[in-house]
Amino acid sequence: MDLAVEVENLTKRFGDFVAVNEVSFSVAEGEVFGFLGPNGSGKSTTIRILCGLLSPSSGHARVAGLDVWRDAERIRQRIGYMPQFFSLYDDLTVAENIEFYAGLYQVPPALALARQSELAEVLELGPVLDRLARTLSTGWRQRLALATSILHRPPLLFLDEPTSGVDPLTRRLFWEVIGDLAHEGITVFVTTHVMDEAEHCTRLAMMHYGRLIAEGTPEEMRTEHVQTMVEVQAHPIWPVLQALEKAPEVVEVALFGDAVHAELRCDLNDAEARVERKLQTAGVAYERVVAVTPSMEDVFVSLARRWERPTAAGADR
Amino acid sequence: MGEPAVSAQGLTKCFGAVCACQGIDLTVAPGEIVGLVGPDGAGKTTAFRMLCGILPPDHGTARVAGYDVVTQSEAVKARIGYLPQRFSLHRDLTIDENIQYVAELYTVPRDEWQSRREELLEMTYLAPFRRRLAGRLSGGMRQKLALVCALVHRPEVLFLDEPTTGVDPVSRRDFWKLLHDLPRQGVTMVISTPYMDEAARCNRLAFMYAGQVLATDTPDNLRRQLPGELMQVRCRPQREAREALKRCSAVRSVEVFGDRLHVLFHGTADPMLCERLLADAGVECLEQQPVEPSLEDVFMSLVSEHGLTATATGNGL
Repeated sequence: MDLAVEVENLTKRFGDFVAVNEVSFSVAEGEVFGFLGPNGSGKSTTIRILCGLLSPSSGHARVAGLDVWRDAERIRQRIGYMPQFFSLYDDLTVAENIEFYAGLYQVPPALALARQSELAEVLELGPVLDRLARTLSTGWRQRLALATSILHRPPLLFLDEPTSGVDPLTRRLFWEVIGDLAHEGITVFVTTHVMDEAEHCTRLAMMHYGRLIAEGTPEEMRTEHVQTMVEVQAHPIWPVLQALEKAPEVVEVALFGDAVHAELRCDLNDAEARVERKLQTAGVAYERVVAVTPSMEDVFVSLARRWERPTAAGADR
Repeated sequence: MGEPAVSAQGLTKCFGAVCACQGIDLTVAPGEIVGLVGPDGAGKTTAFRMLCGILPPDHGTARVAGYDVVTQSEAVKARIGYLPQRFSLHRDLTIDENIQYVAELYTVPRDEWQSRREELLEMTYLAPFRRRLAGRLSGGMRQKLALVCALVHRPEVLFLDEPTTGVDPVSRRDFWKLLHDLPRQGVTMVISTPYMDEAARCNRLAFMYAGQVLATDTPDNLRRQLPGELMQVRCRPQREAREALKRCSAVRSVEVFGDRLHVLFHGTADPMLCERLLADAGVECLEQQPVEPSLEDVFMSLVSEHGLTATATGNGL
């Protein structure tokens, strides 16, 4: 299979600060590649380099078969890029924005019109086509931004937190559209902070402090990084959280929905019994303690905490 | 128990022809965490602004922390904290100075805010960074500081409008741990969120749509409200499976959850039927099992009952 993105020892420094540190990975054509990481981990900088908007300090990257050092200009014609804050023309209507971007990407007018009605249908933009972009809420702005980034049918699409601030319905629609694009053979490179969205990706990579710290399919990520995870159900849940927070064998404890997930430093066999004993000793009421497969969020947080910068002592975030 | 912390009847607000809120009823008991969940334009932010005494309703009444939001809006404002979607910290002031600034705005006596500040900085682990400029804080820390500023005058009711949007999973976890401790300190919370896993942590939820409250109940009761049983199906190709299942009259709806489909039946779930439909469509079924409905299933079901297009004509706040 051909590679849509190929990155080798990519590094970007801003003064003393290393935003991207010797990162290597590749993305095959047709993949939905999820690029994860906490705020400030170097995701957006990497994307900007790959889109030909920023030169790397060192290392190599090829995007859609082109070199980011030599062919930055041509890369931009072959990709779609939806940054976190997409600039729409506030004083133009939705339809006019689409038309304008079609012109920028030199899509022939007849084709542009056909694409507009197709996208309006897929993204359910029909009812807002005549509204000024400035009057749209976040969800609708993001729909329009996505429409304008895929107007010219790029073979490779970069989406930087497309669902940030977006409501559940629009979020769902976005992932359906992403799935359909991949089905058509378009490679999608996407970042998100919402870990259940990461499950939609065919492969994931996680960045932290500028380094790539884990990579794999969602299944691999969930099974390879966290050894023992138990779920505790209780009403109220707060005392459970407090009791387990102080336990030495507990690596991490957090609310998961309305339950508590605890990662343990012990074998899976006696994990449930240990937690039950702990809660009983503390005199905390609970309904159920069961060993569970960690969620993607559990994995993400566990990895992030493990790689914490020692000087920051966990609070510098 | 005495008077509710929040009680609203028939709150209505229209902007020209667009009605952002149409007859909102909401009651929140002291110490409760109540979540508002709904798509963009559902009226959540408008409801917040009316409850905070910032925006007078066209019709309806509301009392918050014992005072009327229209006739006693100043008394309401003194007793609530409000964390808007885009909070404004003073970037050129340090953490300490930001807190002092807000405390003085609320005319909190000096010795009171000084001890309160220590308490809040310790609670949020921000103390080591207290002399850092707000403009130089990470996203997660800025958000914690915004929370501290909203709590410095010891509000009885805290309104949080999508506080974790755009925040990474690690910071989101830490933030929720802080929130869960607040009811013990006597703070009542009304929080809007687009994330269903966060909604599940609330004591009660109000599902909002097109300016109305569609349902209010505990997360557990809402989950029991789903009409019909649910099957989870993993199969490929997924798109063909979705189409085939949607065509069947016994199937109420089909939703995509990552690599799985959630098939909601009108009555009892029928795994044999599922299997046959998929086989007829040439789809390979990898796995199917009955599942408990998630809040997202319930939300999707409620919204599809009310039709989808109304969001487009909703407000653009």
